[in-house]
Amino acid sequence: MPELIAKTALSGQSTTHAGTTLAEVNLGQITSIACFPGQMAAVSAVLGPFPAPNTHADGLCWTGPDQAFLIGRAAPDLTGLAATTDQTGGWAALRLTGPLAVDVLARLVPLDLRHMTEGQAARAPLGHMQMVLMREADSFLILVFRSMARTAWHELEEAMQMLAARKAL
Amino acid sequence: MRLADKGLIDRSKLVTFTFDGRSYVGFAGDSLASALLANGVKLMGRSFKYHRPRGVLTAGSEEPNALVEVLDDGQQTPNTRATVQEIHDGLVARSQNRWPNLRWDMLSINDLAAPFLSAGFYYKTFMWPRAFWEGIYEPLIRRAAGLGKLLPKHDTADYDRAFAFCDLLVIGSGPTGLMAALTAAKAGRDVILAEEDHMMGGRLLSDDGQIGGMASADWANATIATLRAMPNVRLMPRTTVVGAYDHGTYSALERVGLHVAHRPHLPRECFWRIVAGQTILATGALERPIAFRNNDRPGIMLAGAVQTYLNRYGVAPGRRVTLFANNDGARIVARQLMAAGVKVAAILDSRPVASVIEDCPVYIDARVTDTKGRHGLTSISVSHAAGSMEVETDLLMLSGGWNPLLHLTCHQNGRPVWREDIAAFVPKPGMIPGLTAAGSANGVFSTAECLAQGRDTAAAVLGLADLPDLPHAEAAPYAIQPFWAVPGEGRAWLDFANDVTVKDVKLSAQEGYVSVEHMKRYTTQGMAPDQGKNSNVGALAVLADATGRGIPETGTTTFRPPYVPVSIAAMGAGGRGVGFAPQRFLTSDQASRDRGAPMIEAGLWYRPSYFPKPGESTWREACDREVMMVRQTVGVADVSTLGKIDIQGRDAARFLDLVYTGTFSTLPVGRVRYGLMLREDGLVMDDGTTARLGENHYLMTTTTAAAGQVMRHLDFVHQAYCADYDLRFISVTESWAQFAVAGPKARQLLNSLLDQPLGDFPFMSCGEVTIEGVKARLFRISFSGEEGYEIAVPTPYGESLFRDLVARAETLGGGPYGMEALNVLRIEKGLITHAEIHGRVTAFDIGAQKMIATKKDCIGKASSTRPGLTGPEREQMVGLRALSDQPIGAGAHLFTPGDKVNRENGQGYVTSVCYSPTLSSWLGLAFLKDGRARHGQQIRLVDHMRKTDVLCEVCDPVFHDPEGGKLRA
Repeated sequence: MPELIAKTALSGQSTTHAGTTLAEVNLGQITSIACFPGQMAAVSAVLGPFPAPNTHADGLCWTGPDQAFLIGRAAPDLTGLAATTDQTGGWAALRLTGPLAVDVLARLVPLDLRHMTEGQAARAPLGHMQMVLMREADSFLILVFRSMARTAWHELEEAMQMLAARKAL
Repeated sequence: MRLADKGLIDRSKLVTFTFDGRSYVGFAGDSLASALLANGVKLMGRSFKYHRPRGVLTAGSEEPNALVEVLDDGQQTPNTRATVQEIHDGLVARSQNRWPNLRWDMLSINDLAAPFLSAGFYYKTFMWPRAFWEGIYEPLIRRAAGLGKLLPKHDTADYDRAFAFCDLLVIGSGPTGLMAALTAAKAGRDVILAEEDHMMGGRLLSDDGQIGGMASADWANATIATLRAMPNVRLMPRTTVVGAYDHGTYSALERVGLHVAHRPHLPRECFWRIVAGQTILATGALERPIAFRNNDRPGIMLAGAVQTYLNRYGVAPGRRVTLFANNDGARIVARQLMAAGVKVAAILDSRPVASVIEDCPVYIDARVTDTKGRHGLTSISVSHAAGSMEVETDLLMLSGGWNPLLHLTCHQNGRPVWREDIAAFVPKPGMIPGLTAAGSANGVFSTAECLAQGRDTAAAVLGLADLPDLPHAEAAPYAIQPFWAVPGEGRAWLDFANDVTVKDVKLSAQEGYVSVEHMKRYTTQGMAPDQGKNSNVGALAVLADATGRGIPETGTTTFRPPYVPVSIAAMGAGGRGVGFAPQRFLTSDQASRDRGAPMIEAGLWYRPSYFPKPGESTWREACDREVMMVRQTVGVADVSTLGKIDIQGRDAARFLDLVYTGTFSTLPVGRVRYGLMLREDGLVMDDGTTARLGENHYLMTTTTAAAGQVMRHLDFVHQAYCADYDLRFISVTESWAQFAVAGPKARQLLNSLLDQPLGDFPFMSCGEVTIEGVKARLFRISFSGEEGYEIAVPTPYGESLFRDLVARAETLGGGPYGMEALNVLRIEKGLITHAEIHGRVTAFDIGAQKMIATKKDCIGKASSTRPGLTGPEREQMVGLRALSDQPIGAGAHLFTPGDKVNRENGQGYVTSVCYSPTLSSWLGLAFLKDGRARHGQQIRLVDHMRKTDVLCEVCDPVFHDPEGGKLRA
């Protein structure tokens, strides 16, 4: 039987400027888990600790009031406890790693990211786009709307190129 | 003239540049102005109005005279201050506002006509005939009086923008700023030190004094090295803080790549938004000139500027120097010049009582009464306590005292206060919350006081106890006695940049413009690129004198952002052209482009307009073919741009009943219903279909254009009216790629791909299917009037499914269709878009009043029953069928045949039109007064834009298959 071919927004491309790398990554399944009123404890019992605002851990990232994204594993049955929706294809995931990462994001994100530590997360604009931002050990993980992936890539790479040129001065 | 062994320039690095086509050599570290002065070039510009020859007056960004154009890789940057532009190999600069060249400028004839060109002359002179002002006089005047020119093309260079955050922002790196930064940094605070110049150190680089037993420039360098080594300090040279905004936010302009030749990707400038917990304004002070006859010649400079050229650049801008000052402080410059071997011909002190003990002649109670030298100063006329004389001199230094550089403190409407003892305005505490002025910006002028105030201010605003020791430094008194203008005949310049003289200010007072704000606008004083930095206080002192008031009563004009000119390109960095907004691309984007489809913007999305086939030369041919293809076989269109909102919870049905006019709690699972949404004011907001996927699970669709608006509306309603509902919703627009499959062969096409053939699936059904091994959602809805389905797959499969569907559709005689055909199909069917529900129409107007359920309430229901929102006086939606072959256009207005075509007789307007290949006629949707009662009548369609006048028949909006037999087939 023929099967449909799955593609990510940017076909997994990557680029490196002055030792800093931007790469599209495939995070696997992404499911939004929105706890129904009063059900957060029950959801946590099934899923593990529900992330506090502006944090992420163990494949769970806070994305809004009573809402988190479950990343990289299938969602368990949460009927009656939480609204679950498949968000896998809706986001493009970009990982930014390297010495220029903080300065690159300072071009586009109005937050003080120099003090963002591993496990912290934010919903913040990336230029004029919506973003879910996660600080990992050595990198930033950026989720943007899939349809806007090319613009996000362009703006991030342009910032990388300008910073690399500035470094070369 | 360059002096040996002086200055902070790098004499090992020669730099070649050109000015007005001539090549010059300077050293690394030179500004364009210092390099030109070193080469003996004094004439650098022409004045704004009179085209007077001008030289450099200052050594900083406040420069009013030496404005040049810089040409760089196709860019032409006008009004660049030669005092700010650093030289680099290959720099090309040229003078401006002159023709044919700087030495011989034809328009210097304006200078001879000066008696007729006083302030306000054009308002008086060019009054008649009135109509000539805009078309003839104004363009002529603008050409004659002007500065640099912009190239009429896009600035395609790279510009950067960035955000920064800190505990303490220190603006200025002179003694005050360095000490403030050091104090805060040693206490572990996060510090940004911003400095306009490319070298940090501010006045310390110019003044040649001693701090802590070493040369002040050495102390500055040592302190900067200490700061640079600290991880909690960021030094930002070449960065001018230009605006102070709410909540500790400052804008700053960094010159990133303007000091080197063009390099790929190197931004010219970076526009910063800096958020600071506390800010210390350590910007120092600006020296004031003194007004006297012909005080604007090349070779007349501020004393502090000469000190900078001498000590920082190792340049003596003259060989036989004179000083005209009203304070003690300026004399140090004369002494330093003499120490460097430059002849000082005379010190002219305006004060009646002052020391005469110097190594050169000193004249007290002195006035400069006139000057000579067309392209460069040659001599001055002086009167003094003991007589009068002519002095041969090629450099006259002026010092009228110093103005604290307090511009930023005025950016939120605060007004500074006058301090009599230093004859200057100083900031009041609290003018900008969180910003504290210190040092010369706060009116203290000795190095020792500046160091102390820098340290103590940082300690006070940050609450620090452990303070660094203060190094020993000079504390000489300033001793100023105000002196503004030498009385007498002739023109004495106040505002060099805008050619405003003492006479103009007096004329303003004489004509009744006695308020300082009126004087500013009447004379244009303070409105040039330097924004009055050199002239404000002088001008208002003259105005005070002319009106018999004191300076505090006269008051001062204040300052608005930006502090220095900021290029729009820097503020809009990244936002030119397509950078203005994100671009959204469909999964089918490449497949559509591969087929040559022109893409059009729909909101932020790019959608295919039509799919041209070989032999088709116009969009109409392709569109007509695609319409007939859908009507006769099958068409495929990407409709993923429509908003999709997943709604879940025990109260989901209740919620939908509240936001939709119709009832959704009664919708069976597996069915779809059309919904209309009203705003609070009762007018139509959006429409779309909502499917019930499960007992507590709905999927709402919105129009492409209103997806964001509807999401915001739902969020508002949820949070404001029913926060206690058991309800969660989230956008899934991006999660699903959705394709319309429409036409008599739609089911055949789907069945060829579905893993299980479609069974009974009536109109307005929905359900889960699998297609080529992937779980999908199928909806039987139609926006074309044909048997129609929409199939949705997770976005990663979108491109694959689109290509497969199109290939199979082609085998069946169909293919893809674009936005043009989609629009024709829906007009033929009388279906609305936001062209119709444009924000001013009610449910009644579109014939959907019955969709407002009577048995329940909904948002907008009460408002929709207000008088005037229903009734025969309303313009109601109708169909129009043109009675000739002439094209009709949307936006045309409707008139009753026989009526005069004027506004009063307007009967309505046209919102959508198309040529219908199905009905071989031009069709339109329109809003017509009492339209539903006028079906069958004729109406005159008049389009003044397109010059058309077409008779149409008014009819029901549903032209095609009014019974709906086809879509239910």
